[in-house]
Amino acid sequence: MSYLSVRNLSARVKGGGPLLRDVSLNVAVGEVRGLVGESGAGKSMIGKAVLGILPKAVEITSGQIMLDGVDLLALPPAQRRIKVGATCALIPQDPLTALNPSRRIGPQITDRLVDILGWTRQRAEERALALLGEVQITNPARVLRQYPHELSGGMRQRILIASAFAAEPKLIVADEPTTALDVTVQKQILKLIAALQVRHGTALLFVTHDLGVVSKVCQKLSVLYAGKVVEDSAVADFFTAPKHPYSAALLAATPKYTDPSAGLQPVPEAVIAAVRAEVGHG
Amino acid sequence: MAEGRFQVRRRAGVRLWLSAAWLIVLVIVALFAPYIAPKDPLEQDLFAGRLPPFWMHGADAAFLLGTDSLGRDVLSRIIFGTRIALTVALISASLTCFVGAALGLLAGFYRGWVDVVMSRFIDIWMAFPPVLFSILLIAVIGPGLFSIILAIVVIDWTRFARVIRAEAMAQGAMDYVASARVAGRGRFGILLREILPNVLPIIVVLLTLEMGIAVIVEAILSFVNLSISTDDPTWGGMISEGRTSIHQAWWVLVFPLITLFLTVLSFSQLGEGLKNRFDPVLR
Repeated sequence: MSYLSVRNLSARVKGGGPLLRDVSLNVAVGEVRGLVGESGAGKSMIGKAVLGILPKAVEITSGQIMLDGVDLLALPPAQRRIKVGATCALIPQDPLTALNPSRRIGPQITDRLVDILGWTRQRAEERALALLGEVQITNPARVLRQYPHELSGGMRQRILIASAFAAEPKLIVADEPTTALDVTVQKQILKLIAALQVRHGTALLFVTHDLGVVSKVCQKLSVLYAGKVVEDSAVADFFTAPKHPYSAALLAATPKYTDPSAGLQPVPEAVIAAVRAEVGHG
Repeated sequence: MAEGRFQVRRRAGVRLWLSAAWLIVLVIVALFAPYIAPKDPLEQDLFAGRLPPFWMHGADAAFLLGTDSLGRDVLSRIIFGTRIALTVALISASLTCFVGAALGLLAGFYRGWVDVVMSRFIDIWMAFPPVLFSILLIAVIGPGLFSIILAIVVIDWTRFARVIRAEAMAQGAMDYVASARVAGRGRFGILLREILPNVLPIIVVLLTLEMGIAVIVEAILSFVNLSISTDDPTWGGMISEGRTSIHQAWWVLVFPLITLFLTVLSFSQLGEGLKNRFDPVLR
């Protein structure tokens, strides 16, 4: 039974062209689904549509977003906010802007538990301490009293991960959580997300453009081109035998360390022309 | 590097304390004007007209900063003028700040038609020449303390609205706002708890700047005789009167001018100092 089920979702810029074309994808309970594609393919838009944080200029034209059997798009905004707030969380892309610079770390994690979910302050603080420990922050009590600018990017991303898991959400959308970090930190953060996901049994929608990341943390994969899903496979199958020619070309374009002299392989023009024609993109 | 930082910090501290000290002195002077002022500011003594300040030849020790052409004590008049200057500064700047910041936050955060309407309105509003506008306003509703305050609020709220709208817009695009929305916080809650604390340092700076501006506007309006009734001593009124006798008695013009200058400077420096102190990123 899939926890999140996006059905035939289409969206467009108000008075402009389409952004998502008939997108369908499922994320089962405890499953990690990767969502890959080029810049502008609409990967982040899907995550934002699920969480209800689409930019104002974007409108959903058709489709359903079923979360735990309820169509989010049919709910009135206030109820939708409560539903999403209680069951979903976001790990944002840029840890530098994702924490409020003028507030201490502690309240930024606990406020939401206290105000939205009705926990007692003490319970929320204990939870925050435990989670910061879980994301391997030494001296969590001190970090809770600090301001974001006093911490490094990697630390902030750990805090955001802790914060995302704080309310035991059923679904987390990770929007390129490692893109803004440097490569050595990326690996630690990925391991951390994967470990927490397994431990808490959370469904994870992992938006990324890095196939290497997908192979490490995801079980399922959707490949997006110009707002349309062109391939939906299990990760193991995708890396051995991609179904769609565009996915195969994308896979071939990934640089490999085993053969550094091969250089970079662009996706061939013919493949692009074919996939454009297929999705109906200008 | 460490020493450089220390330097910057120390300068900001001195600035803050000096300006705060001057303003505290002004507040005390304004509150206790009748006890501090050596003379009645309205008492005329035509035989003691244009007496120079104490260190000059021919001065009377009873009139420390000299007298004007009607024999009124300059120091006492400055002291009583402080009352009006500070009242105008505090009330009009706070009101201006409140109106401008509230509208700016709404426009910047809610965007859409609220923003479009507000921005066009501000554009039109700012196209009126401010001095003419305030003179017109006071001509219509009559001079007095209330009119000055109203004139300042009506003209200057746009300054706040513009700047704070832009800042609210920038903050609204940050990921922490998206996170708060996912967490289930309502839009108004986000505005108050997430955006406002980040806009506050700018509001503080603008508020203190506006206090300085209000003092100047009050002086300008007094200068053109559109302020309070001419009996009440105001700094602008004194400058205006002193202008006519500047060659015979420069002190009537210069002392209120220095007071005005120091006050406006202190307000702006206070704002800078407070910002450096309270902005967690700069601290």
